[in-house]
Amino acid sequence: MSATAWGWLVLLFPLAGSILIALSFRKTSWRTAGIIGTAAIGLAFVCGILALIKLLGEDPSSRHHASSLWEYASVASLHIELGIYVDPLSVFMVLVVTGVSTLIHLYSFGYMQSDQGYHRFFSYLNFFVFSMLLLVLAGNFVLLIVGWAFVGFASYALISFWYRRTTATRAGLKAFVINVVGDIGLTLAAFLIFQQLHTFNYTEVFAKAPETFHTNSWTVTAICLLLLVGAFAKSAQLPFHTWLPDAMEGPTPVSSLIHAATMVTAGVYLIARTHVLFVLAPTAADIAAFVGLATLLVAASIALVMTDLKRAIAYSTMSQIGYMIVGVSIGAYSAGMFHLMTHAFFKALLFMAAGSIISAMANEQNIDKMSGFGKAMKFTSVTMLCGALALAAFPFTSGFFSKDEILAYASARGGMYLIFTILGYFGALLTAIYTFRLIFRVLRGDPCAEAQHLIDTGHVVHAHEPTNPKTGEVEDTDVGFPGADHHIAEQSPPMKVAMGILAFLALFAGFIQVPGVDKAVTNFLNPVFADSPLASIEPSTTASWVGLLIGGLISVAGIGIAYYLYVASPETPRRLQERFSAMHTFLYNKWYFDEAIDILIVRPALAIGRFANNVFERFVIDDAITGGTEEVVGKAGQVVRGFQNGIVRTYGLFLIAGAVGLALYFLIQQS
Amino acid sequence: MNISWYIVLSALLFTIGAIGILVRRSPMVILLCLELMLNAGNLALVAFSREVGNAQGQVFALVVMVVAACEVVVGLGLIVAIFRRKLPLDVDDLRSLRG
Repeated sequence: MSATAWGWLVLLFPLAGSILIALSFRKTSWRTAGIIGTAAIGLAFVCGILALIKLLGEDPSSRHHASSLWEYASVASLHIELGIYVDPLSVFMVLVVTGVSTLIHLYSFGYMQSDQGYHRFFSYLNFFVFSMLLLVLAGNFVLLIVGWAFVGFASYALISFWYRRTTATRAGLKAFVINVVGDIGLTLAAFLIFQQLHTFNYTEVFAKAPETFHTNSWTVTAICLLLLVGAFAKSAQLPFHTWLPDAMEGPTPVSSLIHAATMVTAGVYLIARTHVLFVLAPTAADIAAFVGLATLLVAASIALVMTDLKRAIAYSTMSQIGYMIVGVSIGAYSAGMFHLMTHAFFKALLFMAAGSIISAMANEQNIDKMSGFGKAMKFTSVTMLCGALALAAFPFTSGFFSKDEILAYASARGGMYLIFTILGYFGALLTAIYTFRLIFRVLRGDPCAEAQHLIDTGHVVHAHEPTNPKTGEVEDTDVGFPGADHHIAEQSPPMKVAMGILAFLALFAGFIQVPGVDKAVTNFLNPVFADSPLASIEPSTTASWVGLLIGGLISVAGIGIAYYLYVASPETPRRLQERFSAMHTFLYNKWYFDEAIDILIVRPALAIGRFANNVFERFVIDDAITGGTEEVVGKAGQVVRGFQNGIVRTYGLFLIAGAVGLALYFLIQQS
Repeated sequence: MNISWYIVLSALLFTIGAIGILVRRSPMVILLCLELMLNAGNLALVAFSREVGNAQGQVFALVVMVVAACEVVVGLGLIVAIFRRKLPLDVDDLRSLRG
């Protein structure tokens, strides 16, 4: 079978799984639904591997295949095919998405066990994976937009999964609206591409673009900026990032899969996929890189003070995606994709561990109330530590190699791009501090009441009356969470397996790409990016190792600072907080982005709406247009009513008078 | 004989019928006047038919008679219905269809 046939099968399994689970929810037990869901994604992963083997068996320069099932729309000169494009980049993404998704499905199998909406959850989750795969495998911009919109919907459905929680439905709406803004950008970009190049097909677009556009011409810059709007909205970059922390209202596997490992990296994939256009528009690429840099610093600074466990990790996700955006924008394509992969491993793992701890806390997410889980939950703590080490880029973990590769590339490119290296290392220091702040505060110290209960009885604490920790509302357990029981990794083998595999990958996946030793990712992705002049820039092995050394030192220093602040001298953070209270408030309120957007966009939009309703609708539409018409018709009706007086003889008179009138008219005409 | 006489007679009959409809209030008389107008039309049709020399006009007159018969049936039926309901037999008093 050809690589494209495997590509179609990759798409087929998750879609079939989603439909099957959705249609059979009355007939099947939760166990069957979970097995179907996990197996569907697992089979997609296997097909992805087979496609990879097929590609590796070919000559590197011919490792790209387009396949089309049928023509979807054909009007005038517009031909849109239902087609996929299989090349190393899409296969790489397929493997990351399906691989991590399989493990997260496995985790959900245990974690969501006592949720009433179990079938719905797996059906949505499979649909999400299908949409994400459609996004990465699409062979033209139209299908890309379809996948792009589908993942937006799947994300909305899963954030609002516990739909009786007002906070969850609000967060879902927020995510959906911001994502739609991105969809508009992407759609306009596709429109401009079609207007200029008369095709939507990737291969044709990328072949024609260098001939059609001058470097930095207005059109190509506009296309790239519109693509960036889409990428930033999906990847939670400034200023479209505010939906991501709120999205943590969803179940933890959702945060792990969609809002850490896969969907939010779609923007990175989009920039890598359209790198041909970005090479032609260096200004747009630089804008993207600077936005990525700003996001990584802003998000890291917010993560320093967040007290909500999942939200702190969410800000760290934004920050790490900032690194990837910097990478693919400045030309470190394979480094960016490599970081995407390692980040998927360790961030999914961190969320899983966080989910396990939140379960043990009976849904409480506030780290101020947590402590001492290191003693209560050994497995969770160890795996969480593996994830945290990788996130903090501790030497020889996966994040260590991938993050530093981006920064080494930036310094090799030199000039202005040294800023990215310097500030990137500063971001790495913040990353190490906030990561280990979470670790030390949650895992160390005297066990809190819940942790003590777990140590003493071996059972998880249950709330007598389940409430939403955000608002204190009583939960409706009929539609699921918090369900009858909570599930922690220690007591659930599927969760344990998923977390164990990810912990291994988080620690050791970096070894597939070590400077001077091997570079599997770069070699594999090289055919895709070979046409970019930026791809040939490569930091020397010595420079890379110097970078790694600096990165390792910074990481250890960050961990040391966190140890000093949160273990050795726990009074210091409070004193710092008091001394810099204005700063702390500013960070704690997330740089007031929500408020700024509220004032700049939401309120003006509401004011326009109110004006339209109170003034335009009332006076122009109701009074002038519809009111005027109604009055004319009414008046005319009054006049005509007068003739209808009910006396038959009057009607006779009108009839005869009319006939006589007509006869007279024709007689006069004739004479 | 000159056709004008027939036409004048037909016009006179038609006018009498029309004026009758306009001035009389009894449904019975109105029905008679209608009949008069139809027959005035018939007279004109037959006269023209003879003048032209083919039978089309006469056939038309026969059709008009059939229609007239139908109309009388409906009209008389209405009058009987009005009478049975003890409503006034006066078209000016029957004006509930006023707009």
